[in-house]
Amino acid sequence: MILKLINIIFCLCLINSVELIAGIIYVNPKDNSGIQTAVDKAKDGDTIIINKGVYKQNSIVIKRNLTVIGKGEAIIDGSIADGSIIYVESTKVHIKGLFFKNVKRTAIKDNAAIRLNNSEGSVIENNKILNGFFGIYLARCNDFKIFGNKIYGYSKTESSSGNGIHLFRCTTAVIKDNYIENHRDGIYLEFVSKANIMQNHSLLNLRYGLHFMFSDGCDYERNKFERNGAGVAVMYSKNVNMRNNQFHNNWGSSAYGLLLKDIRDGEIINNKFDNNTVGVYMEGSNRLDFKRNDFIKNGWALKIMGNCVDNHFNQNNFISNTFEVATNSKQSYSYFDNNYWSGYTGYDINRDGIGDVPYSPVTLFSVVSSNNPEALILLHSFFIQILEVAEKVFPSLTPETLKDKKPLMKRIND
Amino acid sequence: MFIKLFKYSIRDVARSKWLLLYGLFFLLLTEFLIWFSSDTSRAVVSLLNVIIIIIPLVSIIFGTIYTYNSREFVELLLSQPISRKSLYHSIYLGLTIPLVMAYLIGIAIPLIIQTDIDISILLIILVSGIALTFIFVGIAFTMALSFDDKVKGMGFSFIIWLSLSLIYDASILLLIWLLGDYPLESALIIVSSANPIDLSRIMVMLKFDVAALMGYTGAIFQRFFGGLTGIIYSISVLLIWIVALYFIGRIKFNRKNF
Repeated sequence: MILKLINIIFCLCLINSVELIAGIIYVNPKDNSGIQTAVDKAKDGDTIIINKGVYKQNSIVIKRNLTVIGKGEAIIDGSIADGSIIYVESTKVHIKGLFFKNVKRTAIKDNAAIRLNNSEGSVIENNKILNGFFGIYLARCNDFKIFGNKIYGYSKTESSSGNGIHLFRCTTAVIKDNYIENHRDGIYLEFVSKANIMQNHSLLNLRYGLHFMFSDGCDYERNKFERNGAGVAVMYSKNVNMRNNQFHNNWGSSAYGLLLKDIRDGEIINNKFDNNTVGVYMEGSNRLDFKRNDFIKNGWALKIMGNCVDNHFNQNNFISNTFEVATNSKQSYSYFDNNYWSGYTGYDINRDGIGDVPYSPVTLFSVVSSNNPEALILLHSFFIQILEVAEKVFPSLTPETLKDKKPLMKRIND
Repeated sequence: MFIKLFKYSIRDVARSKWLLLYGLFFLLLTEFLIWFSSDTSRAVVSLLNVIIIIIPLVSIIFGTIYTYNSREFVELLLSQPISRKSLYHSIYLGLTIPLVMAYLIGIAIPLIIQTDIDISILLIILVSGIALTFIFVGIAFTMALSFDDKVKGMGFSFIIWLSLSLIYDASILLLIWLLGDYPLESALIIVSSANPIDLSRIMVMLKFDVAALMGYTGAIFQRFFGGLTGIIYSISVLLIWIVALYFIGRIKFNRKNF
């Protein structure tokens, strides 16, 4: 009993001593000095608690490793001046629970609600950003986490808008559980390596839900991309793995669920592409592994250009797409095996679940309509169907090598 | 007088085994497609593909044969004090309404009971089926009245069916291929919607393949046909066909020296 009491007292002392070392500074909306003064007063390791209220402030520079926490609805409105709301130029900064509003749009500077330069080990957590030009902008940062932020933009044109989360020359990042709406790109990565992007929801962005440029060795999993200009664009990168993501309703003249351009060596597993104009569009992409993906009710499930080599498509479901595969070449250097195609009409005599007749998913009409898009008005026409039958018997326009030699008879369920 | 003749005409057509077969065909086809397709939307698209070929074909063949066969009956009735107008109406409607009924029963019942089909899609299928029946019976009627020779009349009816369902689309494709460098979208909308078979196909296509139509060219078609103006336009085109053929048939019937 006594021992326990001593223990408790000891613990209390310890907590107090911690508080003594790491001070807490409160900021109220009525303080005239504002947040910047509190930040300047603070020492390394201090916590700044910003109480509920509206703060019309801008260009707050953090140069020590502080924890900044918003209590209640602490709104920082940046509309009074040009510049980012918070600049972080120190390591191990923790920003949590703040509400940022109205960042000035300029064509010269990349203003953001939270901007980190050369920071290491920082955490940005549960903030809300409304009408930030850029939401969270990180340049040359390492080893940081961005969790549970909600970022809403008011973007109208691509040239006048910024990205939700923007990473430039960063390594080792975790971006998780964020919600990003109506920016240019939801999440943008340029020269980033080892980023882990999980469970984000990115929608209604003008360009891409998620955009990789020159970013190697990144993973993204369980994200949801809806109604963006294009779901995800992966460009000029290698070793990017994509698993369990959902790509919905990306509609438009150049809208893709997933746009792959000049990338190599990646895995694309267990994703779901539905109701996109084009499910996956790939150009100059090599050695990718597509496995167990669902392509459902897309305009084109897959557009694969002739310069794609050594890609493997196994155990994918292609269900009720208007066109299954389209290509611009008469040769195919990619491999299709053991996929389920809802357009397959062959038979399976030995009942091993694999169709006995190879299936060529490129139809004559998809070739015709990719050369002459106006021909789309003849979709489902009786005349076109007769031509299809003739083409199946004597292939002349469709690539003979693009074939699934072992099409599955039944859909794959996970 | 019209009612009496109409009743007689309906009874005469409805006695035909072919009509029963026609209704049964649609019933079995719809059932089959619902059972064997993984989802309703694909079943409906396949159904549509059959409908836009079969309805015109059956309407034209059945209509031509019936008109030729009832020729003696018409001559007999015309020797009585009966107006040509009411006789024309009774034969034309007596022919189309049983065909329409057979179609409606065969298609609508399985679709409503067994699927959760969208009401707008169901309406499009039903309306286009009914319109096609009226239009092609009208064509058959006109052809049968234009030629006294049965073979000639049948032949021309068949050629018209073939042109509208096959040759028309082939010509459109040729046009696209030849004039591919020019902006053809608006011209294509007018040309393809002038054909009732193509129009029915486009109306259903716009419901099911929206994703594919979201490409640049498709979006133009989608914008035109998808809106209210598109619906009004499509229905007007179908109505113009029906009314025009009705009047042509009536003029021919009035002037015909039996």
